Amino acid sequence: MRSSWRTLDRGTLRDIALVCLADALVGASFGAISVSGGLPAWVPVAMSVLVFAGGSQFAAVGVVLAGGGPLAGVLAGLVLNARLLPFGFAVADVLRGPWWQRLLGAHLLTDESTAFTLRHTDRERRRAAFWVCGVALFVIWNLSVLLGAAAGQAVGDTDALGLDAAFPAVLLALVLPSLADRRTGTAALLGAAIAVAATPFLPPGLPVLVALAALATAVRRPGRDGRGDRDGRTAPEPGLQEVP
Amino acid sequence: MPVLAVLLLAAGTYALRLAGPLLGHRLRMPDRVRELVTVAAAVLLVALAATAALTQGHGFAGWARPAGVLVAGALALRRAPFPLVVAAAASTTALLRLCGVE
Repeated sequence: MRSSWRTLDRGTLRDIALVCLADALVGASFGAISVSGGLPAWVPVAMSVLVFAGGSQFAAVGVVLAGGGPLAGVLAGLVLNARLLPFGFAVADVLRGPWWQRLLGAHLLTDESTAFTLRHTDRERRRAAFWVCGVALFVIWNLSVLLGAAAGQAVGDTDALGLDAAFPAVLLALVLPSLADRRTGTAALLGAAIAVAATPFLPPGLPVLVALAALATAVRRPGRDGRGDRDGRTAPEPGLQEVP
Repeated sequence: MPVLAVLLLAAGTYALRLAGPLLGHRLRMPDRVRELVTVAAAVLLVALAATAALTQGHGFAGWARPAGVLVAGALALRRAPFPLVVAAAASTTALLRLCGVE
């Protein structure tokens, strides 16, 4: 770890610290929202240690708090985390080494640690960026969720405080940057419309999963019909961005 | 949220994480699948935000909550800092309720 600090430049370390700070606020919101929604405090805490993937933690808890079954919650969380698979391919080189390092490192794979790793080309720097960001984020994320859960328990009537609006607000702030890509934006808007329209008719938890039908609009046509991606523009890689 | 659900999500997530480092050199994910996965994540998050903002059970959640989320969305679009976005959502909703808007 000490050599990692020396390998990384000051700018990268500062950026990692800023990302950690932003994520601490997300983590605290997660803890507070879960507990004020009625879940026992161990749920957000255990999830943060074991799952350690913010978006999917929010998704799973959101589905469960909306009354969807735990299975629907797990499913929603896993769909969100499917992006970790390509991330793992992208940073596989920094995780080569003893087996225990590989097993441990895999758990630290997040949007953020991947983003910081991909910023560097030099192998030592890539390694250092991955481990410093991963470990720092893991520690800070879990501490902030713990604090948030404690704060959530202290608060009485959460609806009067408007905390029920905080959860969708967090999600929106997390996802907005990735909607700049037009295909993603269209599919997301359509999906949202489907989910809201289906809510009166489907059991809780399902509408969010039904929204995935909107993915059909995002499937790229092979281009043989002369449309599709023939306009020569290459869309920027859509993706969930790290918080600020 | 039963323990089993938490463990299931944790195990599934860890498997997704480990697959890359373990198989990285033997398996490649087609670009199209990769793109679809990122779009799927965005679709799911926006759908979740929309239903959480607008609905409660099988019905409408009332005006106070979506109003707060709308304010948050506007602030987020203007790249306001994250804590401000969340605080604005909660305080708008709380203020409206204080004024009698449900």
